[in-house]
Amino acid sequence: MILRRRVLELDLVSTESWHMAGMSRQLRDQPIRRTFRNACFHPPPSAAAQAAPPQTLAHGWLAPAAVAVALAFAPLVLETYYQELVMKIMIYAIFALSLELLAGTTGQVSLGHAAFFGIGAYATVLAAPEYEPGNPLLLLALSMAAIAAYALFVGALSLRTREVYFIMVTLAFAQMAYFVFHNTPLGGGSDGMYLMLRPVLTIGGTPFLDFEQPRHLYFAALALLMLCYAFLALVLRSRFGHALAGIRINEGRMRAAGFQTYRYKLAAFVLAGALAGVAGFLYVAKNGVVNPELLSWHESGAVLMMIILGGLGSLRGAVIGAAAFVLLKELYSSEALLGPAIAARWQLTLGLSMIACVALLPKGLAGIGRRFTLKRSTP
Amino acid sequence: MSAPLMQATGLTRRFGGLVAVDAVSVDLHRGQVHAVIGTNGAGKSTLINLLSGEIAVSSGQIRLGGKDITRLSQPRRARSGVGRSYQRTTIFPALSVLENCRLAAQAWHQKPWTLWEGAKSCRASLDAAGAALDAAGLSDALHLTAGSMSHGKKRQLEIAMCLATAPQVLLLDEPLAGMGAEESERMLAMLERLRTDHAILLVEHDMDAVFRVADRITVMVNGAVIASGDPSAVRTNPEVQRAYLGEAHA
Repeated sequence: MILRRRVLELDLVSTESWHMAGMSRQLRDQPIRRTFRNACFHPPPSAAAQAAPPQTLAHGWLAPAAVAVALAFAPLVLETYYQELVMKIMIYAIFALSLELLAGTTGQVSLGHAAFFGIGAYATVLAAPEYEPGNPLLLLALSMAAIAAYALFVGALSLRTREVYFIMVTLAFAQMAYFVFHNTPLGGGSDGMYLMLRPVLTIGGTPFLDFEQPRHLYFAALALLMLCYAFLALVLRSRFGHALAGIRINEGRMRAAGFQTYRYKLAAFVLAGALAGVAGFLYVAKNGVVNPELLSWHESGAVLMMIILGGLGSLRGAVIGAAAFVLLKELYSSEALLGPAIAARWQLTLGLSMIACVALLPKGLAGIGRRFTLKRSTP
Repeated sequence: MSAPLMQATGLTRRFGGLVAVDAVSVDLHRGQVHAVIGTNGAGKSTLINLLSGEIAVSSGQIRLGGKDITRLSQPRRARSGVGRSYQRTTIFPALSVLENCRLAAQAWHQKPWTLWEGAKSCRASLDAAGAALDAAGLSDALHLTAGSMSHGKKRQLEIAMCLATAPQVLLLDEPLAGMGAEESERMLAMLERLRTDHAILLVEHDMDAVFRVADRITVMVNGAVIASGDPSAVRTNPEVQRAYLGEAHA
């Protein structure tokens, strides 16, 4: 027994390196081409994402920490325009991270994720007091609670279906939510609503965090992104996260072992919704306006593209994907760089880039770095 | 004889007009291997699916240790002691052998809210996984990537994952399928060891193996049981010989 214990302890230490070895083997054997459908529904067993253990805090914390530090100092050197752009990326990164939990980890690809984002944004505006700045913590909590309630309802129904049916049902619910805001006076109809005063957090009578000030807003977004990332890293490392990964790979097996997989999936669905609510809250705090287009299926498609672009199955993939998507869109729609004729057709150029990325980078942009480091380390 | 650990009576499952399993009754006793044989499409795998709760019965009753579990969902049934293996290997290919078993064992120690705790430091599930891998003879392969192993080893892992959930009843769906002679030998030796403290239902095509390990044999044809009893009685049953054993064992 003592010996057995020692063996088990040893393997805790060496598991990571073994996984890396297995991963490199699989990466070498992996065919270049992979279809979009595979990427969405059935990540093949050879995919490195499955070989890699869900990310842990100790494993690979360096790069995210470096990025966080860089982002913290960025406002010192960035012009207003670029600071806005980085803020936009951070908000979408939180949004993409929330979908990553649902699609990349649990394997439930939703095409209604924008409803979470949009409802979170609307909830923030509707809950904000009209003649004085609201308390951001309270508004954030309300926004997340509203989404959690909506996600519990939608998830309870839609998780009874699978794969393409799940996609269709989540899309249907999101379209319903879209039309509720578009066609009823609840949220100002198709014009949307304005947030009259941005929230201010006052501690002991003095304003501590004022969302009117771009820099305050910037650091609030950065802090929330770091919190979300760290929280999800913990989730993936925990028993809950391992069970979710098991459900993605083989749900039947998990049920046979004794996991009530429906509950796990529902918990992931609600959690993903609440985190998308964080992004929705920040969106409103930044832009001060909401409209039904936030809930549209274009937005759901965009966030799905972000995590595919970055690489399904890793947290950093979601962040990289969000950055790449926002930057590419910015680049392709820039008249100054590409001229009005091409800039007006940014969807076409962005779409072509997507296709190229899926065809050439089976593990997404996040896979590039890993690929090179492995190539160097394996003879 | 003591009361059966698992007892199914009059199990029926219809798929539309097709009766896949037709009023089948089986008793599983601790310390015994109960083999179910029959031609392809006889309803053997469906029977395992009914017993494990993967699909619901159309009619009939399943009792485990005297308790009615007919309406229990598969996960609940699994946690009350019903373990199964699959005809097609259903391991998690990209995970290590140990992690495959640890994840299965985690079903007993789920606590999904312990987010601050790493799954791989869950002592209880690691111990259970280690014990199951020992029992399945895989303790020297803990860190291999499951998908990279030979077919025979994967089948062993399939059983180990089942054992990791500490079942009392083992429902084994063709554990010998596609195995070489040596691997089959190892698997049969393992069955002999597991028999002592489990009730085992064995669905298998390899007749030599079945007659070697089975204490009781049930023969199914077109969803129905045509004979059931100890191996020698089944072997000499004329109806069985005609329907199934026919050419091979005449």
